Amino acid sequence: MALLEMRDVHLTYRTDEGPIPAVRGVNLSVDAGEIVGVAGESGCGKSTLVSTVLRLFPKTATVTGEVLVAGEDVLTMKWNRVRAVRWGEAAVVFQGALHSLNPIQKIGKQLVEPILLHDKKSSEQKALKKVRELLAQVGLPARHADAYPHQLSGGQKQRVMIALALTCDPEVLIADEPTTALDVMVQAQILELLTEIARERSMAVVIISHDLSVLATTCDRVAIMYAGRIVEEGVAREVFDYPKHPYTRALTGAFPTIGDPESRYAPSGLAGDPPFPGDLPEGCPFHPRCPDAIDRCKEVDVGLLPAGPARRAACILVNEGVAAS
Amino acid sequence: MTTTSVSESTPSASASPNVIEVDNLCVSFPGRRGGIARAVDGVNLNVGRGEVVALVGESGCGKTTLARSILGLERPESGEIRFHGLPLNYGAKALKKYRSNVQLVLQDPTGSLNPRHSVYEAVAEGPRTHGMDDEPGRVSRALAQAGLRPPERFFLRYPHELSGGQRQRVVIAGALALEPEVIIADEPVSSLDASVRGEILALMLKLREELEVTLLVVTHDLGLAWNIADRIVVMYLGRVVEEGPTEQVLNDPQHPYTKALLSVVPEMEQVEAIVLTGEAPDPTKIPSGCRFHPRCQKVKDGTAEAAGVLDKCMGTSPLVLPPDATQHVAACHLVTNPPSA
Repeated sequence: MALLEMRDVHLTYRTDEGPIPAVRGVNLSVDAGEIVGVAGESGCGKSTLVSTVLRLFPKTATVTGEVLVAGEDVLTMKWNRVRAVRWGEAAVVFQGALHSLNPIQKIGKQLVEPILLHDKKSSEQKALKKVRELLAQVGLPARHADAYPHQLSGGQKQRVMIALALTCDPEVLIADEPTTALDVMVQAQILELLTEIARERSMAVVIISHDLSVLATTCDRVAIMYAGRIVEEGVAREVFDYPKHPYTRALTGAFPTIGDPESRYAPSGLAGDPPFPGDLPEGCPFHPRCPDAIDRCKEVDVGLLPAGPARRAACILVNEGVAAS
Repeated sequence: MTTTSVSESTPSASASPNVIEVDNLCVSFPGRRGGIARAVDGVNLNVGRGEVVALVGESGCGKTTLARSILGLERPESGEIRFHGLPLNYGAKALKKYRSNVQLVLQDPTGSLNPRHSVYEAVAEGPRTHGMDDEPGRVSRALAQAGLRPPERFFLRYPHELSGGQRQRVVIAGALALEPEVIIADEPVSSLDASVRGEILALMLKLREELEVTLLVVTHDLGLAWNIADRIVVMYLGRVVEEGPTEQVLNDPQHPYTKALLSVVPEMEQVEAIVLTGEAPDPTKIPSGCRFHPRCQKVKDGTAEAAGVLDKCMGTSPLVLPPDATQHVAACHLVTNPPSA
């Protein structure tokens, strides 16, 4: 059963310079025990998409569509219900976790707070006991409850952030760039931990990252976003190994396979910058940067097309078998 | 201390083919909770002209301290750094001159640019500080070399009007404006988007090709090293544990630490990930024997004992690797290095 389901979600920021459509029709569903990755570069709308799950977007945003958490639409529920769903049913490990902890409060106190807020019957004692168990689950000694954030390393702080998201036993967990700014070895540890927790608790997990290689090894499925839309989706490893959308191909090419002589002294990137969401090009929004663009791309935006088993890609060439190579 | 200052040195004045030589360098700091943190604890390193060297390791392994020492920002406790064969002169004037030859590019372009300075001002700051002539010409050239064309279009732009990739190009242009021989880049692409990353790396290779710039890239990204580096130097807890030509080190790693680092690169599907427990240990308490032994998978799985070197791993520190730019060597009791090592 899908614990998180997004149906045709649009989010538009109203600004003085006119409307900025940041998310333009996203469908995404995540089952219990499943890990789904969302990749894309800065400004593609992936963090904005996350904000809809907990209704964290600002008042200047207009949202349409449905965001179902365990079958309930977050976008239309009453505010006191939203407050219960936040942290209780869906929680976020925010980006920039290393700066998200209160520097002058002990770790234990910060972890106890959401437990007491959400469970009125709990006592400080009971909550503290749970905090110790949570710390153990994320691989930290219980004595860290008495530590201040500055006494912990980056990897340890990220573990605390994950424990914090787990305090109220959510069914949906969203991790926004959970390993950016961490070392390779620590990154591997954190990803291993997230996978373990997702399986153990049968949670629906979404991992947001700009690093497709991280998602390929950790997630079951991935969705690639560009200019507010999903442009490719499928089984993680398949999307990474055999990308069908030219944008996905550029992303996978950015991280070389070590040992592959072709990438030696040949870093590959994508020229140009992503389009400004308030001023998208006509036709396929990717065509100005696309190495494979044909004339029709300037006029037609095809949307997601079937591109194999459990696989879709938003590229006109998918149908013609050119991009499928 | 020699009486010849670095500023008078020219490539031809020295017999050494190396631009930078680091000789048995030790740098330490007072530890946070008392004790002495040996951030760099006996490092030899040569960097040749026009070479691209990647210095890799975890946070806290001393790679940034080593880079800062080469820039003259940290004073060594012992050992020395030579530029074209001459020891670094720490006098203010000599250092200033030296730094126009050896430039630094930092990780986060947003943090290293003043938000209230235009692109022109950011790039012109270096030449102005060093009293160089033809400032507008230098700025134009540097921006064009960094791939911002036409340069005039960028003169009056501010950092917030640029994309992440463009900002990093401005930072690189700021270094290029001084026409340096060496650029030290500390994680030059780690805060950039995947699509921009390749572009910046390609730019660095082009600088080497066209301007013969020598590059020392500090990074934890082995893919970056595979993309652009001629040689890799792997550091662990203040020491070089393995070094050699990139192909050899990455295709056939010798040190257990390098093997572990390589196994956790997400693309390496065919190898089983060796996830080391814990983080790089405390440089105030360097373990005796081989400094890697408490985390070493070869000690843990009994390989070291079976090979009869476990006592050595626990009690004898492996030799400090010599500054040899051609051999592939590793500081591990389990590894037999080439005879010259």
